[in-house]
Amino acid sequence: MNDLTKESPLGTYMEYGKKGELAYQVCKDDGSVVFYPRAVAPVTGSPNLEWRVSKGLGTVYATTVIYGKDKPPYNVALIDIDEGFRMMSRVEDMDPMQIKIGMRVKVCMHPAADKQPAYPVFTAAQGTK
Amino acid sequence: MNGHLKRGSVAVVGAAESDLGQMAPNTSPVDLMAQATMRALDDCGLKLSDIDGVFSAASQVRQGPMPLCEYLRITPRYFDGTQIGGSSFMALLTHAQCALEAGLCEVALITYGSTQRSVSRAIATPRDYNYFETPYKPLLPISAYALAASRHMHQYGTTREHLAEVAVAARKWALMNPKAWEKEPLTIEQALNARMVSHPFTVRDCCLVLDGGGAVILTTAARAKTLKKTPVYVLGTGDALSHVSISSMPDLTVTAAARSGPQAFRMAQLKPSDVKMLSLYDAFTITPILFLEDLGYCPKGEGGRFVSDGAIAPGGKLAVNTSGGGLSYCHPGMYGLLAMIEAIRQVRGECGQRQVKNCDVALAHGNGGVMSTQCTVIFGSQATV
Repeated sequence: MNDLTKESPLGTYMEYGKKGELAYQVCKDDGSVVFYPRAVAPVTGSPNLEWRVSKGLGTVYATTVIYGKDKPPYNVALIDIDEGFRMMSRVEDMDPMQIKIGMRVKVCMHPAADKQPAYPVFTAAQGTK
Repeated sequence: MNGHLKRGSVAVVGAAESDLGQMAPNTSPVDLMAQATMRALDDCGLKLSDIDGVFSAASQVRQGPMPLCEYLRITPRYFDGTQIGGSSFMALLTHAQCALEAGLCEVALITYGSTQRSVSRAIATPRDYNYFETPYKPLLPISAYALAASRHMHQYGTTREHLAEVAVAARKWALMNPKAWEKEPLTIEQALNARMVSHPFTVRDCCLVLDGGGAVILTTAARAKTLKKTPVYVLGTGDALSHVSISSMPDLTVTAAARSGPQAFRMAQLKPSDVKMLSLYDAFTITPILFLEDLGYCPKGEGGRFVSDGAIAPGGKLAVNTSGGGLSYCHPGMYGLLAMIEAIRQVRGECGQRQVKNCDVALAHGNGGVMSTQCTVIFGSQATV
């Protein structure tokens, strides 16, 4: 049983992030992949959640490009990670309008700054799933 | 739940907007609720003291019905402040029906007010920090719907022209509604070439950001018959939710309207083709496309092609958002109540130039959050009960 007075799901996730790792959970009762991190698994309600580290490869599921008034256009995407969960992120180091659904991407950790902890972003990867 | 609610047991007897558009400085959301409430009472001939159930939601009013009750000094027997975004008012209507059927109240007021244009959206609707989304700076709610549009385009070949069709249809209807904010025609080319906001959406794919509010008054079918106007009956309702953050939406091309719609139709004992007019929550041009699919008006993926060639514009094959919708009439942050008011007016036959012929059944579908909550209400005339 998790002890929320000692350790929080997000806190543990962020510790992995500090090491450059994208972590997720698996419900040990039914084997389902759980993301975002939780104290209790959805559906089963089980507290038996095991932490795992993703290989960091995924596929763009949906993408948008935001045109702000005073800054260059930037990407926001939903990424389907190979281990079986989806997350919001962005694909960096390319023209945001060239980011296409189905593109393979690889995680890298955006470094922590000020109050913002490290968070995962993606760059284009070779190959297909 | 709806299996136990009775088709036609309650009716809308009063409906009104507050002032819409841009309010004078320091107007409050509760000023707009109070104004709309008095107009809705006038519409049905009831008095403030008749109201014994108050149902209210507003992003700027955290305590639900309390501020309005204080303002008008009413002490309802029953009250509810369910806040699930723009669809709150359809859900509140279901809750009002429950309360009326159970005898917990006899005259139910549903009301809304917003001054989001005056105070800015950021202040009217502050967002919680979400570690899994906020760092990426999505322009919410717009980018959530843009992501859904991108997926629909990829999966089903929907185009930006299809999205523009929705905006142009709304504008054509708005030009027949004296209360609509937009007064100038809009072409497909203008919509496509407008300022890009969150691809594939230009500013013309996004709803208006205005001040406004409204009020609807319901009572039992028995009492409704004694009042000023012909009652508009609640034939069916359905509520469904699926997620709160867009990154947790199971499939960005399918909304929970695929559950709320069938619930409402089952209760109403009607099918989609029985409906003469639809108010489909159009916060963004993709939403009517998704709802036409999910509510059963075309197969999944065909929504873009369905709206082509002016199909939902005046003179088209299906009357959708005849007020001009959130895109061209008024969107005060949470649009659900105004969507219902137009459907009610169509059943009453009060819509003048834009009136849909023989509109005995109208559907109002509400959307809340980022496609998170979906609530459907079907209204019918006396003849349908």
